[in-house]
Amino acid sequence: MSPRVVFPNKVLPYVLLAPQLIIVAIFFYWPASQALYQSVLREDPFGLRTTFVGLRNFERVLADPNYINAVQNTAVFSVAVAFLAMAIALLLAVMADKIIKGKGFYRTMLIWPYAIAPAIAGMVWLFMFNPAMGTFAYMLRSSGYAWDPLLKGDQAMWLVIAAAAWKQISYNFLFFVAGLQAIPKTLIEAAAIDGAGETKRFWTIVFPLLAPTTFFLLVINTTYAFFDTFGIIHAVTGGGPGRATETLVYKVYHDGFVNLILGDSAAQSVILMVIVIALTAIQFRYVEKKVHYG
Amino acid sequence: MAETAAVTGKSTAAKLGRKEEGAMLGVSKTSRYIAHAILILGVLIVAFPIYYTFVASTHSLQTILRPPLPLWPGDQFFANYYQAIFGGVRQTGGVGADLLLFNTTVMALGIAVGKIAISLLSAYAIVFFRFPGRMIFFWLIFITLMLPVEVRILPTYKVMVDLGLINTYAGLIIPLIASATATLLFRTFFLTIPGELVEAARVDGAGPWRFFKDILLPLSKTNLAALFVIMFIYGWTQYLWPLLITTSNDMNTIVIALRRMISFADAETQWHIVMVTAILAMLPPVAVVVFMQRWFVKGLVETEK
Repeated sequence: MSPRVVFPNKVLPYVLLAPQLIIVAIFFYWPASQALYQSVLREDPFGLRTTFVGLRNFERVLADPNYINAVQNTAVFSVAVAFLAMAIALLLAVMADKIIKGKGFYRTMLIWPYAIAPAIAGMVWLFMFNPAMGTFAYMLRSSGYAWDPLLKGDQAMWLVIAAAAWKQISYNFLFFVAGLQAIPKTLIEAAAIDGAGETKRFWTIVFPLLAPTTFFLLVINTTYAFFDTFGIIHAVTGGGPGRATETLVYKVYHDGFVNLILGDSAAQSVILMVIVIALTAIQFRYVEKKVHYG
Repeated sequence: MAETAAVTGKSTAAKLGRKEEGAMLGVSKTSRYIAHAILILGVLIVAFPIYYTFVASTHSLQTILRPPLPLWPGDQFFANYYQAIFGGVRQTGGVGADLLLFNTTVMALGIAVGKIAISLLSAYAIVFFRFPGRMIFFWLIFITLMLPVEVRILPTYKVMVDLGLINTYAGLIIPLIASATATLLFRTFFLTIPGELVEAARVDGAGPWRFFKDILLPLSKTNLAALFVIMFIYGWTQYLWPLLITTSNDMNTIVIALRRMISFADAETQWHIVMVTAILAMLPPVAVVVFMQRWFVKGLVETEK
């Protein structure tokens, strides 16, 4: 970066930065440091005495079968959501790239769910598949399938996965469309002239060239499935039935706010912090590359 | 084949005011029909749940409780919407949807405007001034990306209690307006502004405020619009934060109120009112996305870089 022309003021920049820095200090750094601090402390049951316990909170959390269960749920949930949302979006984006008429129409129709709160997406799906009066639940049952997501864990999981993936299709679609537009048409037409069919062109040219977009979306979708879907789980299943849909973020909330176990909740927070840092690091490393190549 | 497609495509392209290159070589007519069919199926999957929510919001509770629900809207539109907006329901503590919508609007607008304002100022300071600690401050803002509410949930709640911010609009808004993404976006944009422009402004006697107001703001207009759309949606769809911060019914956002209206596996839920409330909760952000589509797409693609 060449030396920029700047204003000579000495105090003004601090004044300009102050609002953001004050908020960041009070609501981000102070609580985060408290979470770190509490993660190595243990309160007695009456909250009278706290003792330093080192990493024992972490050991307890990681040895807790319920926590392992939450880790597994989060893994299943994230992989399924990311895969479904990306596969459907990619299919739609590739189709939208082929057509000539109606691109704008399809885009407008496909971007709605982005604007819908995850919790509401969850409630809408719950409404359709609610065993008591949901139309689709009714249809599943009359076709002989024992559908009851309020009692069966795996079905509850599928319901929240469907709602979460549904909401994310819009986002992925827009990015895949942008990614497809960036692929030089001449490359694909050259392959067409050489006699490569549409399917072959997709797998040998389009898909590899979309890799940066796909990878980027993978990171974003994982982050989404980890954190932004709290509303869906909270509104639809409440982690149930019997912890079948309890994810890591839901467990932090539940242990901290409902069960009020400070040390464990803080330790879980710190583990989540490590996960976010890893995800963010991957995302930004990748962005550097993208800037480099294009 | 390509020519016919180009001819048929041209009129629509002209109407839509976009440049179309015509049909791509090697895409047969059949595969374009298949593409349309798949896209229509996609639209159905994506739009149907929303349509069905609307349908449900126009039927009586009795109809909803007797599945399957008809595919067409019923005749209870006015009755349901009137009851939801002005009546209030037991589950939301008698708070009407009008107040809930007001709360959510205040929160979403507050967050969108607040985020943009403080990020604009921070980026301005970081790009157009030189002062000790500049890069440290930049990193301090950047690192907050890695500290979402979920990883500091209890201590943040304690701060809110200590500051007396529970059940206040300030509590709903202020802690969420710090924004690493918006600051990054403005910083990147400001770095593309040529130094000559700053120099010229200074030669003409413009101070930092004049430069900010008369040159920088007008240049940032598109970015502001794009960011506004994204941040408005972000604010409107918040869940965990209002869940923690609001305990009294008349401070609820519409999303949280909706959650409190539903009781599981239980005939007590007033589904027709729930569906009306869901539609009311979806309408503003969906309208913003659809009508400000151009800025929305731009904002989305750029903020996530």
